[in-house]
Amino acid sequence: MAIEKEKLIDMYRVMVRIRTFEDRVFKEFAAGNIPGFVHLYAGEEAIAAGACANLRPDDYITSTHRGHGHLIAKGGKTDRMMAELYGKKTGYNRGKGGSMHIAEVDIGILGADAIVAAGIPIAGGAALSAQMRGTDQVTLCFFGDGATNTTRFHEGVNLASIWKLPIVYVIENNVYAETTPVSYAMNIPNIADRAVAYGIPGKTVDGNDVLAVHEVVGEALARARKGEGPTLVECKTCRYYGHYEGDTQTYRTKQEFEECRKRDPIPRFRKKLIKMGVLTEKDADKINQEMLEELDKAVKFAEESPFPEPRETLEDVYT
Amino acid sequence: MLKGVKVKEITYLQAITEAVDEEMARDPTVFLMGEDIRQWGAPLGEFKGLFEKYGGERVRDTAISETAMLGAAAGAAATGMRPIVHIMFSEFLGVCMSDIRCVLTKTRYMTGAKTKFPATIMSYSGAGVSAAGEHSTCPYGYMMAIPGLKIVVPSTPYDAKGLIKSAIREDNPVQVLYHQKLISDRLTGEVPEEEYTIPIGKADIKREGSDVTVVAIGLMVHRALSAAAKLQEKGISIEVVDPRTLAPLDKQAIIDSVKKTGRLVIMDEEPKTESASSEISAIVAEEALDFLDAPIKRVCAPDTPIPFSPVLEKAWMPDEEDLLKAVNEIV
Amino acid sequence: MKEITYQKAINEAIDEEMKRDPSIFIIGEDIGKHWGGSLGELAGLFDKYGAERVRETPISETAILGGAIGAAATGMRPIAYLYFDDFLGVCGDELINQLQMKYMYGGKTKLPLTITAYIGAGLSAAHQHSKCLFGWLMNISGLKIVAPATAYDAKGLLKSAIREDNPVIFLEHKVLLLSRSTSQIPNEEYTIPLGKADIKRGGSEVTVVAIALMVHRALAAADKLQEKGISIEVIDPRTLVPLDKQAIIDSVKKTGRLVIMDEEPKTGSAAGEIAAIVAEEAFDFLDAPIKRVCAPDTPIPFSPVLEKFWMPDEEDLIKAINEIM
Repeated sequence: MAIEKEKLIDMYRVMVRIRTFEDRVFKEFAAGNIPGFVHLYAGEEAIAAGACANLRPDDYITSTHRGHGHLIAKGGKTDRMMAELYGKKTGYNRGKGGSMHIAEVDIGILGADAIVAAGIPIAGGAALSAQMRGTDQVTLCFFGDGATNTTRFHEGVNLASIWKLPIVYVIENNVYAETTPVSYAMNIPNIADRAVAYGIPGKTVDGNDVLAVHEVVGEALARARKGEGPTLVECKTCRYYGHYEGDTQTYRTKQEFEECRKRDPIPRFRKKLIKMGVLTEKDADKINQEMLEELDKAVKFAEESPFPEPRETLEDVYT
Repeated sequence: MLKGVKVKEITYLQAITEAVDEEMARDPTVFLMGEDIRQWGAPLGEFKGLFEKYGGERVRDTAISETAMLGAAAGAAATGMRPIVHIMFSEFLGVCMSDIRCVLTKTRYMTGAKTKFPATIMSYSGAGVSAAGEHSTCPYGYMMAIPGLKIVVPSTPYDAKGLIKSAIREDNPVQVLYHQKLISDRLTGEVPEEEYTIPIGKADIKREGSDVTVVAIGLMVHRALSAAAKLQEKGISIEVVDPRTLAPLDKQAIIDSVKKTGRLVIMDEEPKTESASSEISAIVAEEALDFLDAPIKRVCAPDTPIPFSPVLEKAWMPDEEDLLKAVNEIV
Repeated sequence: MKEITYQKAINEAIDEEMKRDPSIFIIGEDIGKHWGGSLGELAGLFDKYGAERVRETPISETAILGGAIGAAATGMRPIAYLYFDDFLGVCGDELINQLQMKYMYGGKTKLPLTITAYIGAGLSAAHQHSKCLFGWLMNISGLKIVAPATAYDAKGLLKSAIREDNPVIFLEHKVLLLSRSTSQIPNEEYTIPLGKADIKRGGSEVTVVAIALMVHRALAAADKLQEKGISIEVIDPRTLVPLDKQAIIDSVKKTGRLVIMDEEPKTGSAAGEIAAIVAEEAFDFLDAPIKRVCAPDTPIPFSPVLEKFWMPDEEDLIKAINEIM
């Protein structure tokens, strides 16, 4: 399946935008400019970028506490994201959510949940809604390896399976649920094997290969759109940073960490695009430079934005 | 309180660690289950060193599986063990609410008192660290509504250590809610060098006074004490009562104080509706109304989720100013 | 006017709304053709609206409520049938952490979602099928709560709940659902706004706030007390969130005495909140301590003898009133 040149470049740009955003958040959090808890997506960019490149604007996603990448890949603007992380009124959640819950409902992101697996049933509901309303919208449901050990994974995937809901589950298997390695938390080599229990296809893919993710998720989305039901896609990846900012990561071996950095999806894709003749070194550098500048502006926007008025605390509980 | 005994200064965090460590050393049936307790000693580090000391059998890392942990704790407790389950942030209690409400706290009653459930659940509670709507709650009010569950809410290192030891020794399920801001602020306080416990169900008068009774819970105890110091300068004498355990609640200590002062303010870091302060107010309105000279005031958070932005969160949390305002309205 | 049962009132409300608005659907366990809800209150709806809109699920409370949330956020108007409110614990996270989407995501989400659940003791269903969880539910931000005591209220309030753009939990008392007694409702369509209490009986000496089944027990006690010359005003809040504080306070201003009758363990009950509101906002009008007539702080026992002792009844209310007269 040939992908248009522009789309390839877009995917690359999304990956660089996510990385640049996360590197900047890393820095600003360390400087004390961002309150609360922050979980960085760096290292996992190929998944959000590859998966979301298949989506239409009216498709839905559900995200997690490690959700900056999903939002960027779905079209989120880095200035309004940074403003949310700073707790500003101009942020996507108007200061009510912060990093863990950052979401832009207007572009189809139903939420970003920091209760592990909470998005799975909700994504099922959005898919049910699309099915009942007779649209061909699909819901892409992102969650981590840890979520697949919870009750809601079972209930949610089972229900979606029996109703053939238009949904694609994207497991971001980044080796650790916080500190707990997958090898400890489950007795199977591939989480996608769990699909058998629900009678749906399960695919395991290299989550650091953006084109592989794009292809597998694309097939799953096409299936879902045709009314053939859900697919479980496991993307094997790893975390560039800790579980949260401040995590000393003593549980990771040096070897695993170094191998993770070697698998970095961005240089890998860059090399490939250059080899394919889609980008030149100069083009790629230019994208990197543009993203750095965009992030400077985003930080400036966040810094200069006003905080919400304290009385806004009381708004938006009800319609 | 600590006159005549040798004391040491420890943090609120150390108090939690020491309590669990001492009880695990004392009783081999005590074991700990939770997420990230091996590598981190839990996210805020309160179990640090225990895995190395007691091994993976007794300091048992789990997958993200709150329902499995809580259910397993009930099963283990019913069959001779004394589990401690760490359900990280108190919002996660929602995930295993059925196991708490319908199994752990009820089975003794439903099976004709043939089982006992010596299980301790430990969770972080409280706002003040911009952790937003899913990592900041004080679930006092709704936990109090669960018959069969005891609830411990320590505000100082001394109370934390003594109450957690009692919780672990208790033959009924106990929920321990420690405030994450008291951990991150590195609150310190004196505790005896020697072993001690504090009985569950006894309030502590954190400051004596004669004009207004302020019942304050958890972190709010500290805010009430600093407000009381300010009011003293204006000649208003505040008694600060820290219930320390919300179930069983030391009603008598609160009523005795109200009989003396005639005025009651309750300071509670929860949305007002159905908070612990509602229950405390209702008890006094029912049992000590004739001693009241003024309406009972509740200084609580508004009835909203907890916002992320520090500016909004600060507005959301009850503080000294809110308390001063409420006190001024009734004196 | 016509006479209908509480059960029929619920059936009619859902039927009328489903007919009116195609975005409404029911999702839950055992709601289909065989049982029509385990107490039969949804009978006939499956045949009328089909499996698409009366959507039977496996036993999956988290997927039912989570799914209803997702569907509500994306243009549908689901009714999540959660069976017994005791099962709400299974989807406790959806209640305390997920229903708050509008607030957390910057005010953009709309959740037109109704949850229905059975409440209440009196059928020897023991602890896991008998609770009234008013207090716990009132503690949840962003959730409106309806607990009707009559067929008239049930129909009018359920229709409003379904039309409401925020999450509402509609609590149906099992004793009332199984009761054959009827009440009058208009033949024409009507709705009752959420947040309005109803004075079920006017009186001058004691205000009794009673919830759901307790309304009937309070009315029976009021009749007996009338014979002794004591005049009771019975207020039914009907919706616990938003609570019609003003109606309660106005009544207390008139009577000077307040008793709250609530079928829950006393600690952490709705009665506690109502007492606290009055102690805070109408203290100067009180001539006597506020009394709470509640269940004891225990789980709910099975044996009919024990359960009867556990449930608040007329005698308990009369005793409480005598203590403050």
